[in-house]
Formats: sequence, C-alpha cells, structure tokens
Amino acid sequence: MKLSLGPLLYYWDSEKVNAFYDAIAQSPVDIVYIGETVCSRRHLLRLEDWLEVAKKLSDAGKEVVLSTQTLIESESDLKTLRKITGNVNFRVEANDMGAVRLLANRVPFVAGPTLNIYNPQTLQLLAGMGAVRWVMPVEMSGAALAAMQQSLPEGMETEVFAYGRLPLAFSARCFTARHHNLQKDDCQFRCLDYENGLTLKTREGQPFLTLNGIQTQSARVYNLLGEFADLRAGGVGVVRISPQAYHTEKILHLFRETLEQRLPPSLALTQMEKLMPELPCNGYWHGKPGLDFIPQPALAASA
Amino acid sequence: MQPETKKFELVCPAGSLPALKTAVDNGADCVYMGFRDDTNARNFTGLNFDLANAKEGVRYAHAKGRKTLLALNTYPQTSGWQRWTSAIDNAAELGMDAVILADPGLMQYAAKTHPGLRLHLSVQGSATNYEAINFYHEHFGIQRAVVPRVLALAQVEQLMSKTQVEIELFGFGGLCVMVEGRCALSSYATGDSPNTCGVCSPPKAVRWQETPQGLESRLNGILIDRYGKDENTGYPTLCKGRFDVAGETYYAIEEPTSLNTLELLPELMRMGVAAIKIEGRQRSPAYVAQVTKVWREAIDACRRNREQFAVKPAWMNELGKVSEGQQQTLGAYYRPWK
Repeated sequence: MKLSLGPLLYYWDSEKVNAFYDAIAQSPVDIVYIGETVCSRRHLLRLEDWLEVAKKLSDAGKEVVLSTQTLIESESDLKTLRKITGNVNFRVEANDMGAVRLLANRVPFVAGPTLNIYNPQTLQLLAGMGAVRWVMPVEMSGAALAAMQQSLPEGMETEVFAYGRLPLAFSARCFTARHHNLQKDDCQFRCLDYENGLTLKTREGQPFLTLNGIQTQSARVYNLLGEFADLRAGGVGVVRISPQAYHTEKILHLFRETLEQRLPPSLALTQMEKLMPELPCNGYWHGKPGLDFIPQPALAASA
Repeated sequence: MQPETKKFELVCPAGSLPALKTAVDNGADCVYMGFRDDTNARNFTGLNFDLANAKEGVRYAHAKGRKTLLALNTYPQTSGWQRWTSAIDNAAELGMDAVILADPGLMQYAAKTHPGLRLHLSVQGSATNYEAINFYHEHFGIQRAVVPRVLALAQVEQLMSKTQVEIELFGFGGLCVMVEGRCALSSYATGDSPNTCGVCSPPKAVRWQETPQGLESRLNGILIDRYGKDENTGYPTLCKGRFDVAGETYYAIEEPTSLNTLELLPELMRMGVAAIKIEGRQRSPAYVAQVTKVWREAIDACRRNREQFAVKPAWMNELGKVSEGQQQTLGAYYRPWK
C-alpha cells in the first residue's frame, strides 16, 4: 500500500507553499498531488510555479500528479485545464469530465474523487479511456468499496481519502468572501487569512463545517487510521492524506509507521490526536453519517 | 453554434399523477417524473410513480401532445445496479420521451440497450463546461444537458456556442447553492445524500423542538436554525440554516430563497436556450398549477413580443406566494450574487 498527499486545498502564500513542499520532498510519502483544485482566483502560484514544485518533488523521487480544478466554468478555466492535460512530464488527476475528455484515449490518467465513480460499470468505462487509478468518492462506505473491488478492471489501482477535513461540496458562491460581505469577483483574497479554512459552528457551538472559499469541508477530520486492516484486506493500493497548515509531515510519518506495521494503529491514533485541528470522524466508511466516529472495538480494547 | 430555437419548452415537475395532470392542464410542454424508489433525486415517501401511474401519466400527457421525461438521476452502487437498469427498461417500455441520467455507466447501458431512447444529462451530472457536455454527447449521444445553477448567464451563452447539445436551465424553484452532484453535505450530517439516496436533508432526520430560546430545527441532532417569535420558519435544508462563523450568526451559506428568472426570459430566448425547468417535484399540485400557469403566460407573452416583454407584477405576486422563505433571487445567473 502506498501513501499519497492530496492536493493542497487551502490558499497559502508562495513562501509557505514552497517551504511546505520542500519538507514534503523529504517526507515518507510516495505520491504527491499538486495544483489548484478549488478556485481559479487563487493565482499566487501559476501553473509554471506548480511545475517547478513538481520538478522538485520528482527529483526527490516522488511520483507527481497534477490535479485539475474541480469546478470549471469559464474559457480561462479551460485554457488552464488544457495546459495541464497537455503537459508531457507529469500524470494528471481529472476532477471533472471536461478533463477526462481532454485526456481520454491519449494518456494514462487518475480518475479523481469528484468524478462520481459509484459502480463497476462507470469505472470500467473510465479504465477503457485510460484511467489507471481511481479515487473513491469520499461518501462511499467500506462495504460499497469492497463490492467495487470484486470487479476491479485489470491494472486499476484504488485510492482512498484517508485523512483530513473532507471536501464535501463546491459552489458558485464564495463563502469566505460572503463572510466578509464581499463579492467573489472582489474577494480581496481573504482565503489567505485562513490557512486551515474558516470554521462554521452551530448556534450551540458545535464545529460543523469548514468554509474554504467556494469549497465546503467537514469541520471534523476524516481519519481511517483505525480501519487500516480493512483497507489492506480490501486491496486498496493508495491511501491519501490531505494537507493541513501544520504537522502534515508528522501525520505522514505516523501513517507510514502504521503502514509498515512498526506502530499499532491505536498508538498512532493517540499520538495523532494533538496534531489534528478538530476531532476525528470515520462515519462514511461505516455507512453512517460522515461526522460520526466509530471506534474500532479492537482498538478501543487495546487503548 | 446553436440557431435561435423556436421551441422553448416549459418543463414542469410531476411528483404525482395529480401534479402531472395539473402541469399538463396548465400548459407544461414537458413533465418530468420519477419512479417510487431511490433511482431519482426526489426519493420522498408518498411521492413519485409506480408503473401503473406512470403508464397513465404518459397516456394523459401524450394524448394532449406533451412530453414525459423520466428522472433516473442518482448514482447506482454495485448492489443496486439492476434496479436502475430495470428502471431504464421500464422507461423505454412506457414510451418516455427521454430519460434524465447522471451516471456514465447507466448512460452506456441505455445507449446500448435502447438506442432509440433519448438521453438528457441531469443537473446531477455536474457538467458546467462544454468539454464535459461534449464528453457525454460523444460517448453516449446525450441530446440535452441540464446545467447546474452555478453559471452566470454570460458563461451559459459561451458554453452554448461550443456545443450542439441542447441546454436546459433552471428557471424557478428551490435553489441549490452547491454544484449539483458534487455536494455531500447531507450525507455528512445524516448518512443520506442526493447522489446515492436521492434525498437532501431527509425528513426522517428532521426534529422540531420548542425551547426557551425559541423554536429549534435539527437535522440528525445538529442545530440548523432557531426561530424568534415572529420569524417565519423554513424546512431545515442544511445549507439554508443560520450558523456561527467567527462569532457572527447569519445565513453563512444561503438564505432560504427561491430562484426566479422570469425577468431573464427575453435573454434566455434570444440565447437559444431549449428549455426552462421548474423545480419542485416534492411540492403540491397547487404549487405546480400556480407556477406552470404563470410561466406559460409569461413565455407566450415573451414569444409574441420579446422586445416589449415586461414582467407583470401579478405574476411575481403569484410566484412570491409559493417561494421558499417568500424571497426570490436570480442566483448565479446574476454574477454579483456569487
């Protein structure tokens, strides 16, 4: 099983981004997805800059994948998309069927988590077009994944989002700009102020969601560390860690230690507690509401 | 490039046989409907059609020269696959004029098994650009796409210039502020999502409770809103609640409001939009009657004289009465809304 780092979902300044990926280059991760997937107004790193990051990571021995933007609206979005899908050096993760159209039957690609691949027929179809890896939709359960794995197309690798605040929804509207009573077209790049997103709480103080520009995430941190045995037994090829503003390398390290069976998941989970920006959840994996947290009986007993 | 279309179809919701008949009687060109299960995105108790009702619905609409469209716009998972393919077979058998699909695997099945069956891309397919729309056209021959409620009007027009697929837009009704097909907020809170279960913020998860602080609405225990004495209450759709962000309590995602694009009619017709969709299969036949009647009148008036078209206050008044939260918006079509 390989370890991947998902695309950076927040908007950080160039210095922070570069320092972050310098550290990632030295971290125990196998695959790194990079690029702007949330909002085309986030321009501190242009595609050329991302390609520099890609080279740096690739030189450090990482498999680099360029992720495409999820919500493609304008001709200028498409122009950027074409540059990404047309690049000859790095594999691409398609996060919209528009990207699939540009990649299909041309080069091998990764079918991203927002393509809505919910059944073997759709996965087979994408395999026929050149998909070599697919990322399960975040809301899919372990049982539903197991059923998919029964008829996995030949050579197809399965990746599961296993750690981080869940990217749950995308909108035309920017909720960070809205919070500041600004229009999206004049957002003054307020996302820069929220390196882990902006927490939305219920009126009784329960952290519920995270506003991240046009993206809405969970407030809780999805964490499948306790489900490692399931993931392994189910033939999952790659587990994805989503970047956060702090401690990402430590999280990767704990996942790596668990993966190599040098650390029991229960211990890794305990050590991870203080590294997470919010409480954990894993409900989706168990076919429950995503925000639920179901402790593993074995882990609970050993803890 | 699409020619200015003569047809500008009014597509109305039919959550039941009485609603279907009401829509047809009040001037709908097409009605859209779903079977009574999780194969469609309005999977609510007491709603939708069994085979006998569907047959009668198709007969009624066809007898009056109108079309019936079947929404099969959820994403089947492995264990339920056959329920969805049977639904497609039934749609073909019933003589539906088109099926509205979101799942690519299902589109492939429909295109192979029933080559004569017309396919529409559902809004749940999340196609917001022409590359995506053309993808579905090339591979499955979809003839119409329903576009998510996230694009500005200029973006819709740009998209239309690069595809031969007909474009259908939402004109009135409940407003999804998220890209349809890419929102898992409901399953995060309740376990059930539009994509896999055909529901958003499902009624079974809703609780109302009178408290000293006011009337509270909860979704699976999560406080969505709390109302003062004189405030109008609304269904606790989770993106339309009031929340606390950095110490400020407000509608952090969207106000309870309805989309209403009546004033855009001349522009939509000029652009060559093929059809306008009214949301609300979960609403009553009375809603369907009122909304269909107003939109029929408005479309006919606009068609007679596009330059002189003006929205009648009486129309807005009628539509205002059935709007969510009694408020209306142009949504993303009006760019500053974003």
